[in-house]
Amino acid sequence: MEAAVGLGSGPGASPEEPEAPERRRKAHGMLKLYYGLPEAEAAAPGATPDPRDPTDLNGAHFDPEVFLDKLRKECPLAQLMDSETDMVRQIRALDSDMQTLVYENYNKFICATDTIRKMKNDFRKMEDEMDRLATTMAVITDFSARISATLQDRHERITKLAGVHALLRKLQFLFELPSRLTRCVELGAYGQAVRYQGRARAVLQQYQHLPSFRAIQDDCQLITARLAQQLRHKFRDGGAGAPELAECVELLLALGEPAEELCDEFLAHAQGRLEGELGSLEAELGPSPPAPDVLEFTDRGGSGFVSGLCQVVASYQELFSAQGPAGVEKLVAFARELGSRYFALVERRLAQEQGSGDNSLLVRALDRFHRRLRAPGTMLPAAGLTEGATEIVEQAARERLGQHLQGLCAAFSGCLTDVRQALAAPRLAGKEGPGLGELLASVSGAILGHIKASLAAVHLFTAKDVSFSNKAYFRGEFCSQGVREGLIVGFIRSMCRTARGFCDSPSEKGGATPPALLLLLSRLCLDYETSTISYILTLTDEQFLGQDHSPVTPVSTLCAEARETARRLLTHYVKVQGLVVSQMLRKSVETRDWLTTLEPRNVRAVMKRVVEDTTAIDVQVGLLYEEGVRKAQSSDSSKRTFSVYSSSRQQGRYAPSYTPSAPMDTNLLSNIQKLFSERIDVFSPVEFNKVSVLTGIIKISLKTLLECVRLRTFGRYGLQQVQVDCHFLQLYLWRFVADEELVHLLLDEVVASAALRCLDPVPMEPSVVEVICERG
Amino acid sequence: MEDDAPVIYGLEFQARALTPQTAETDAIRFLVGTQSLKYDNQIHIIDFDDENNIINKNVLLHQVGEIWHISASPADKGVLATCYNQTSDSKVMTCAAVWRMPKELESGSHESPDDSSSTTQTLELLCHLDNTAHGNMACVTWEPMGDGKKIISLADNHLLLWDLQESSSQAVLSSSTALEGKGQLKFTSGRWSPHHNCTQVATANDTTIRGWDTRNMSQIYCIENAHGQLVRDLDFNPNKQYYLASCGDDCKVKFWDTRNVGEPVKTLDEHSHWVWNVRYNHSHDQLILTGSSDSRVILSNMVSISSEPFGHLVDEDDLSDQEEHHQEEKSKEPLPDSVIATYEEHEDSVYAVEWSSADPWLFASLSYDGRLVINRVPRALKYHILL
Repeated sequence: MEAAVGLGSGPGASPEEPEAPERRRKAHGMLKLYYGLPEAEAAAPGATPDPRDPTDLNGAHFDPEVFLDKLRKECPLAQLMDSETDMVRQIRALDSDMQTLVYENYNKFICATDTIRKMKNDFRKMEDEMDRLATTMAVITDFSARISATLQDRHERITKLAGVHALLRKLQFLFELPSRLTRCVELGAYGQAVRYQGRARAVLQQYQHLPSFRAIQDDCQLITARLAQQLRHKFRDGGAGAPELAECVELLLALGEPAEELCDEFLAHAQGRLEGELGSLEAELGPSPPAPDVLEFTDRGGSGFVSGLCQVVASYQELFSAQGPAGVEKLVAFARELGSRYFALVERRLAQEQGSGDNSLLVRALDRFHRRLRAPGTMLPAAGLTEGATEIVEQAARERLGQHLQGLCAAFSGCLTDVRQALAAPRLAGKEGPGLGELLASVSGAILGHIKASLAAVHLFTAKDVSFSNKAYFRGEFCSQGVREGLIVGFIRSMCRTARGFCDSPSEKGGATPPALLLLLSRLCLDYETSTISYILTLTDEQFLGQDHSPVTPVSTLCAEARETARRLLTHYVKVQGLVVSQMLRKSVETRDWLTTLEPRNVRAVMKRVVEDTTAIDVQVGLLYEEGVRKAQSSDSSKRTFSVYSSSRQQGRYAPSYTPSAPMDTNLLSNIQKLFSERIDVFSPVEFNKVSVLTGIIKISLKTLLECVRLRTFGRYGLQQVQVDCHFLQLYLWRFVADEELVHLLLDEVVASAALRCLDPVPMEPSVVEVICERG
Repeated sequence: MEDDAPVIYGLEFQARALTPQTAETDAIRFLVGTQSLKYDNQIHIIDFDDENNIINKNVLLHQVGEIWHISASPADKGVLATCYNQTSDSKVMTCAAVWRMPKELESGSHESPDDSSSTTQTLELLCHLDNTAHGNMACVTWEPMGDGKKIISLADNHLLLWDLQESSSQAVLSSSTALEGKGQLKFTSGRWSPHHNCTQVATANDTTIRGWDTRNMSQIYCIENAHGQLVRDLDFNPNKQYYLASCGDDCKVKFWDTRNVGEPVKTLDEHSHWVWNVRYNHSHDQLILTGSSDSRVILSNMVSISSEPFGHLVDEDDLSDQEEHHQEEKSKEPLPDSVIATYEEHEDSVYAVEWSSADPWLFASLSYDGRLVINRVPRALKYHILL
């Protein structure tokens, strides 16, 4: 029973527990601990873990009565017997364990008792020793007090003497100071001298009412003044490098020189040196420079001037950091002034870069320039050096853009010159040159090539490794406003402008522009409208993905502009070619004496020429423009003859009888006829196709013919000649125009007008006219 | 609105020549000369009754030939000059003559226009401008401010100044000059400047405009290549002495400052075919009238180069309320240069346009098919200019 209680206390029980099962249990527990078995599991395998179970033999709340009752109630006799035997066996085992433990511990107990007895003895001895020690110490204390009392006044005297000695040492130092200083100055140990002076100054200041000290002070001051003088000399002497200079300044400051003055002098001196640098840079610029390339220039500027400036700024800030805002302001002003001069030089150098086209060199130079200026810029943000540098870089970039734009424009006009030559050449060689189509392709290819090259060159400015490429300007405005608007849109605009210039210039003077060029430009502009502009802009937008969202010219505006230009060029082409044909017709009508002309046998040569020219123009236009739409042709179009004189209606028109009603009739008739025919806009805008172009030219020519005929007076044969000519024109011209009715109408009008202007209007038989024309 | 509708009058014949009766300042009267090779040509005196919108006509026979140019004397209502074609068998000659119309027609007798056809009256020949030595007469122009005694005629390449003597019955060639150069030079048109004491004449030949001093018949200025093609007509700004308008076969109307002839001051490019005629309004020189063979008449408002570029200037007489006027002017914006109206009443080429000499807001245009159209300046613009 007791063993069960012991077991219940678990492995945490004290080691003094004498019971054997407990120890066994404990050893067992430690093993378990060693093997990391969970405690609860080991405690009672199979038994209920509930520690409050009164029937648990090993539990803390074990109640023997309850246990027995339970056994008695629940178990059959055999089992009771078994448990009784089991219990007895366990009790016996526990008894033997207990005995073993008692034997083992008895020995140890004896041993412990012996040890305690011995200790008691030793302590008694030690107590005596301690008592003795206390008495001895008391004696020593007594003696020591006595000695101290004896030495007291002597010690005081020594202290006083030591004080006097120190004072004397100081005085000696003071008295020696002038000579020491002199020596120091002579030896050039300025630092030492300044330290001496610094040490003595306060004392001298304090005791200056004593004449001897006054004398020393005066001496010192003299020497110090000399020293300062020398230091300043050294300071002013350009020879010293920046670190030495800094030392000088430090010493001078220590000497109590006015800092402001020193600042100024320091800066003045630095300015001198930096100006030297600038001077040498400027010399490189020269009036007519042997021109080291711009990269070298900026390198030199960077290593010479900028690093010098950096040193100055750094040492100034170090030396005069105590000067507060006024000092900083001075430095800022200094840096700004010199910086601006440096910038001016760099700007001048960059301005010399105008012509040479190597962008990479320029960009590298600018990059280096910008990078160099970062150091002083960060040291002295107020001086605005970084901003200035950025500004210069931006300026340079802008100028570059401008130059590229100019370059593109020049390339364009170069292309135009080439085209002109190519157009003029075949006539000299007498054989077919390159066709208009090929010329167009080569021109547009060349321009596109130039544009791409420019874009690539300009793209260097935004390269990742360039120090300024992440500036806001280069990420935003440069891309959108500079490259896209300024360069590309600007070029397209200027191209359109140049092309339009050909329309406005009085081409009549000397026939400056060959018509083929007009045609080619018109097609070029039209191509731009349909595809090239959007291609170029897409290309640009891809390369220069600006983060700037300022408004840009939309593609549609440019396209509209290009289209308008193309339209004007084509209209101008029509006018020019129309003029050529008209002039021919006009001269032929004006110079002939229509009254006395002979009966027509032939079509006049000029009409053949007109047809030939028109055919040539047709071919020319056909090379570049599509056919276009014609009105449906009436089946008898080519067979149509002049029915003018056979129709009775028109008979009345051309031979009015002088009755009061007749003239009204003619007017009515002609007016009615005109009501039904559309008004002919002679110089009307043309569409982008061959038929429209040819229609325009023919309209202009025939209208001219009409007006010229109206200014002349014809004889009978004159009229007949006009008849023949018109029929001939009609035979050949209808095929070129959109609406052949138009040709008929105009030619009818020509013949009718000629009949009106005829003194003896006897028309030729249509059949004869036909015969003559076919023969011709 | 109804008053603004055009009034149309039809002639029986083709016609190119039109002039206002310059000496008449009360009635609106135009003279039209016809062109017919087969019948007797006529001069129609067109009276326009502004109030009733009615046209009264009188017809005078001009039997000597078809009329290419007509101009009325600025001093005598009854006197006019024509250039006409005289055709013999194999030759056409353009001559010029000064005529007097019957007295009763001078101031437009309105009685019985119906029976005028039966009793057609004839012009009285005052004198011929003898051109046997000089060639075809292109045009005749009167001294604008004079007493109707001096005229200039252009004959081929000759500029001829005539004195009319003994009540215009005799034309004496007082001076002349000829245009020298290679090729066949031919004057196409000429105008007599109303400025500089009427001592300047401008002529056009081919693409060139020349100014002449009538006192010594020397060239004052020369605008080479004034137009891309033939110059058809010119006119002087009545209020700005150095300003000149010209038009031509390049479909353009150009305005020139004769002191600086390198570049035109302004160019109008509204017509789609040759411009045959350009006329300044006599009173309001911002109003420009042009007629073209695209059968359109265009009225333009060229404020910026007119004598009133900042709106109506204060009349010298109204000194009393000058202040108020000034106030108004400042608030009034001048109209921009613009085309005011395009008149499309014609169906054939318009060869002549003329302002009325009596009513500054009224003009006539004549097309080849004999249609005369009388139009008015749009009322809105009229009030804008006046007020």
